[in-house]
Amino acid sequence: MTRLRTWLTSSDLAGIAVLALVIVVVLPLSLDIFRLNLVGKYLSYAFVAVGLVMLWGYGGILSLGQGVFFGLGGYAMAMFLKLEASDPESTKIQSTPGIPDFMDWNQLTELPFWWEPFRHLPVSLIAVLLVPTILAFIVGFAMFKRRVGGVYFAIITQAVALVLTVLIIGRQGYTGGVNGITDLKTMLGWDIRTDSAKYILYFVTCALLIGAIFLCRWIQRTKLGTLLLAMRDKEDRVRFSGYDVANFKVFAFCLAAMLCGVGGALFALQVGFMSASFVGIVPSIEMVIFAAVGGRMSLVGAVYGTLLVNFGKTFFSESFPQLWLFLMAALFIGVVMAFPNGLAGLYNDYVKPRLGRKRDLPSEPPEPKPLPATTPSHAPAAGWNPSVPRPRTDPKGVGPAVA
Amino acid sequence: MPDPPLPVHEGVSMTAAEITNIVMMQGFAGLSLFSVLLLMGLGLAIIFGQMGVINMAHGEFMTIGAYTIFLCSSLTQTYAPSFMPYYFFVAIVTAFILAFAFGWLAEWALIRHLYRRPLDTLLATWGLSLGMQQAFRSTFGAKEVSPTLPEWLLGSWMPHEGLDIPINGLFVMGLTLLVTGGVFLMLYRSRWGLRVRATVANRTMANAIGINTRKTDRMTFAIGCGIAGVAGAAFTTIGSTGPTSGSLYIVDAFLVVTFGGAASLLGTVASAFGIAQTQSVSEFFMTGSMARVLTLLLIISILMIRPQGLFAAKVRR
Repeated sequence: MTRLRTWLTSSDLAGIAVLALVIVVVLPLSLDIFRLNLVGKYLSYAFVAVGLVMLWGYGGILSLGQGVFFGLGGYAMAMFLKLEASDPESTKIQSTPGIPDFMDWNQLTELPFWWEPFRHLPVSLIAVLLVPTILAFIVGFAMFKRRVGGVYFAIITQAVALVLTVLIIGRQGYTGGVNGITDLKTMLGWDIRTDSAKYILYFVTCALLIGAIFLCRWIQRTKLGTLLLAMRDKEDRVRFSGYDVANFKVFAFCLAAMLCGVGGALFALQVGFMSASFVGIVPSIEMVIFAAVGGRMSLVGAVYGTLLVNFGKTFFSESFPQLWLFLMAALFIGVVMAFPNGLAGLYNDYVKPRLGRKRDLPSEPPEPKPLPATTPSHAPAAGWNPSVPRPRTDPKGVGPAVA
Repeated sequence: MPDPPLPVHEGVSMTAAEITNIVMMQGFAGLSLFSVLLLMGLGLAIIFGQMGVINMAHGEFMTIGAYTIFLCSSLTQTYAPSFMPYYFFVAIVTAFILAFAFGWLAEWALIRHLYRRPLDTLLATWGLSLGMQQAFRSTFGAKEVSPTLPEWLLGSWMPHEGLDIPINGLFVMGLTLLVTGGVFLMLYRSRWGLRVRATVANRTMANAIGINTRKTDRMTFAIGCGIAGVAGAAFTTIGSTGPTSGSLYIVDAFLVVTFGGAASLLGTVASAFGIAQTQSVSEFFMTGSMARVLTLLLIISILMIRPQGLFAAKVRR
């Protein structure tokens, strides 16, 4: 417990506890299973948002291809579930029994070799974690070692998202094409479509999400987190201090990708299908807005942001479909222009000072208040304000530094 | 993008003339794609290449141009049918002016506050593009529309037997040539171009010698958007226009500019040519979508090896 104290302040713990209370107790008690399943779907997006807080808020690297990793995790899971759903017994009306239905429709007569490993659950689960991470490592290593960053990184990750979408849609026989991998039924004989299974999957998602938040919080509190933050603000100084900046960036990118993969797998399990529409550029950028609305520096805020944007999306596209895109547009522009720190920033600026005055006085004297200027890592969301112009080192503010 | 049927010629003996025709038409298809890509990239080469602004709404400025043509064509058809053969030229100029005006407005309302935060510009302009898409949908409906083209733009040109070259492709090519020449002249031979280049090279110094950099920024952004409008206008001769048409072009446009080397106009031309030829040559051997994957993967790998693009600008960083 004492070790825990060193990296988790009481306000962190309170924030995570409130979030846990909301998603584990309040929402399941107040929503029916259909709505709760929707929340579970949103929470699987929250993994991406949490990853983006680490990558974008802390690392200062904006990736517009997070949907790729979400998709890879989701497809890895969906491929396993699909193979289990298409055993020879239940697919005997096909011309080739025992292969997924979309392969049969596309005149494939045997399972492609790269589908074979996904017959086994452990292999599939490892693939959920490792395939996105390895791809992120390759892309990240190639780019960060050459000091490509900022805007160029965003454009190239976007191109990667486009490639994967075109590939999935173009190779219909191997991937299910536009429709994706549908009709997922059981996992090791356990029917994932029943209400009880949906409840269990929801709570598993909650547990994993809170675990992910703890992990990221721990990383933020270590020297690594401080370095990420330092790198974001003054990359050259970190480099001149003798650190290999690229390695830390690759690490942040891989971490975010792995979280996306987990989210994707949970998505496939809860929703029962996976398709290319969660891979492309549009969903990838939408995922960035989840993190931006919640506050790009706040892990807990990212979850609230995801929930809020998605509730809004569901509500408006059910009731006022015309308005939704305008609202989304206003959200993008408003978050950037008026609230660069999102919900967490609003909370820290307006709610927290009042709460603090009432509660802080009698108890909690031992924690020294660090000066925000010297230790920005201990003051997330308030320590850095992007609207304050910082001196620039390169004339254009963008572009790869030519070494 | 529908996959065209694979040209299979196995077991069919071909004469030399037929082979020449195939090569010519394939070459023309490549050139046609080249002019489309270049036209998409030119506006962005000014906005992103020169100013460093990530305008994700660039595709929507193209759509403005396309819808302008549609409006002009319906208006002409209703009120002045005899003017039909000539309206297209007036419409292109209108497309430029409208896109220019909207670009001016967008710069004033949004972009100028974000010059120091490129990544945030990206998000804000993405929001702008979503809003514009919905505005198009509310105004023109979700269905794709296409203008009534003048007679002379339809059909094809047959220099000799077995070889036919579509006129609209030639028209787009000519327009591309014109716009590219115009942009080169403006950037390197006009006072405005001088001011833009001075501002890009050293903003503080440009300010100090009396260049109004804010005004230059706004003008530059608006001209880039205007060129996007012309591009959109040209695309109406090839395909139909829907509310989300613009978003189809945006990644390609960015890749053309980035691959060429952001600050180099010549690089944009070269990269559009390279990408178009790779795409159309590989389409000869595989399906369209696989050719696209291959081309994109090639671009990504080359950008990983050479992040500054084909033609790096000689800027001291």
